[in-house]
Amino acid sequence: MGLLSKKDSRLILDPLADNNPITIQVLGICSALAITAQLKASIVMAVSVMVVLGVGNVVISLLRNVIPGKIRIIAQLIIVAALVIIVDQVLKAFAYELSKQLSVFIGLIITNCIIMGRFEAFALANKPWRSFLDGIGNAAGYGLILIIVGFFRELLGSGTLLGFKVLGDPIAKTGLYALGYENNGFMLLSPMALIVIGIIIWVQRSRNKELIEE
Amino acid sequence: MGLKQNLHKLKEKYKGTKMAPAFNALHTFLYTPNETTHSGAHVRVVDDLKRTMNTVIMALVPCLIFGIFNAGYQHYAAIDNTLRLDPLGNFFTWDNFILGAWTVLPLVIVSYVVGLGVEFIFAIIKKHEVEEGYLVTGMLVPLIVPIDIPLWMLAVAVIFGVVIGKEVFGGTGMNILNPALTIRAFLFFAYPTWMSGDKVWVHGAQAMAGQPDAISGETILGTLAANSHPVYSLWDMFWGFIPGSVGETSTFLIIIGGLFLIFTKIGSWRIMLSAVIGAIAMGLIFNGVVAQGWIQEGSKFYGLMNEPFWHHLIIGGLAFGIVYMATDPVTASQTNKGKWIYGFFIGFMSIMIRVFNPAYPEGVMLAILLMNVFAPTIDHYVVKGNINKRMKRAKHLKAKTA
Repeated sequence: MGLLSKKDSRLILDPLADNNPITIQVLGICSALAITAQLKASIVMAVSVMVVLGVGNVVISLLRNVIPGKIRIIAQLIIVAALVIIVDQVLKAFAYELSKQLSVFIGLIITNCIIMGRFEAFALANKPWRSFLDGIGNAAGYGLILIIVGFFRELLGSGTLLGFKVLGDPIAKTGLYALGYENNGFMLLSPMALIVIGIIIWVQRSRNKELIEE
Repeated sequence: MGLKQNLHKLKEKYKGTKMAPAFNALHTFLYTPNETTHSGAHVRVVDDLKRTMNTVIMALVPCLIFGIFNAGYQHYAAIDNTLRLDPLGNFFTWDNFILGAWTVLPLVIVSYVVGLGVEFIFAIIKKHEVEEGYLVTGMLVPLIVPIDIPLWMLAVAVIFGVVIGKEVFGGTGMNILNPALTIRAFLFFAYPTWMSGDKVWVHGAQAMAGQPDAISGETILGTLAANSHPVYSLWDMFWGFIPGSVGETSTFLIIIGGLFLIFTKIGSWRIMLSAVIGAIAMGLIFNGVVAQGWIQEGSKFYGLMNEPFWHHLIIGGLAFGIVYMATDPVTASQTNKGKWIYGFFIGFMSIMIRVFNPAYPEGVMLAILLMNVFAPTIDHYVVKGNINKRMKRAKHLKAKTA
């Protein structure tokens, strides 16, 4: 990659696969279970977290020498909270339906462990540019899993993708439904999201044995 | 040379190849291997895993045959209500058997072909012998689903149940949840319209819905949950001439099967007995609540709460679950004390879920799955309690001698 040095590009690429925040570090599971019933919500959530984490990492990194160690958690919280409120307000202004659908979960980005985790583990000890890349990389890794889970849950649970009826109309019985196919209601329940994530973890670890913990 | 010799020769020929586990599975299912333990101090008994499984299947066969007749009987009786006046006389007929076999056997075949297919694939990938674990599950599954469940749904559920319920934990003997119930739970949450209501328990009810000659078959639990009175007599419920999942309606045959399992020492009588006690306890509590007047006739719980406690034992799938699924040696508690606790709570929770959750008219499935999860914890504390007791005694003795 010409734009980034090799070391920098690892910051983005590692969290996508071998150090994925969800499947390897098992962080941010809560929101991954809650909002992935539809692909659109997953994408919005992924983008929101990317904005919060990217900007937040930069801010923390800039302030890293100013924040006193003893009160750093509360300082971090204030920064996340401010960013999340901005994201929430933007969503309310420009995509009201979606923000209603995501309801409390945009606000709950504050409690997403990935964000505090990256602040603590990376931004407090690195320069802004590298912190930014790290934030974008981790948010992308998180978003990738969200989108995969959202894709399968919406496709199998509702028979749609981004709201389009890709498998036919379940009421008029067209497409696959004419053959007797039916939507899997279990896919719309949160336990199934956990199982889908479990399957992703399983596939990932059986392809790369080094990831298997003792 | 007999078939057995030929099979042995083939076994030698395919030794070490990829397909060997698949072949060995078929071979040892039918015959004793030609090499058995012959030296050293081993405990040798006849009841290996395969024998255990076959015994349970033998206990299930009466339920299956009854289920086949019942499938036909419920269909014809729903069309012509006069058949119900003489259930025994109209039950064991060729018409019932043919229609029943036509609807039930595909369920059995799909269950076995898909389930064993998954087991074979995993055995070949993981390079171990095919485990016998699916033999009983494969027979249980068709008995606990509604008669008209589409076959592809059953196939999807079986794949899910075997892979997620069993293989990910390491295969037979390692699973936390009962695979047959995992399969049923999957169907229940994935396709609720095919697993509950009054249109799924009788063959043809779904297809004829909305037509002038529409038939319906509400289960007794469904009727009670709707606060109305079931039309079936208690003896019908006991013998099993009622709509329900394929093989779970006949309490009589289940008791016979249960006694057979206890007699052959395959099923634990502690679990069965304590589950019955638990169900009775909860039933009595609910009866008491009604007797005290805390629940009025208008309440949505009244129908099920007012049902005399012992009726709960013969309606729904409670008896089937207690005898054939709560006693699954892998997922149940292992310690004797633990078995009492485990069984008691299965019965207790079954009736509680039954009464309080009208969306899930049968509670035994969820109760067993819940207690499956708790079984290791129960065992842990029973064992710990034993250790503590003995430590105390040892200390006591030491103090005495010193």
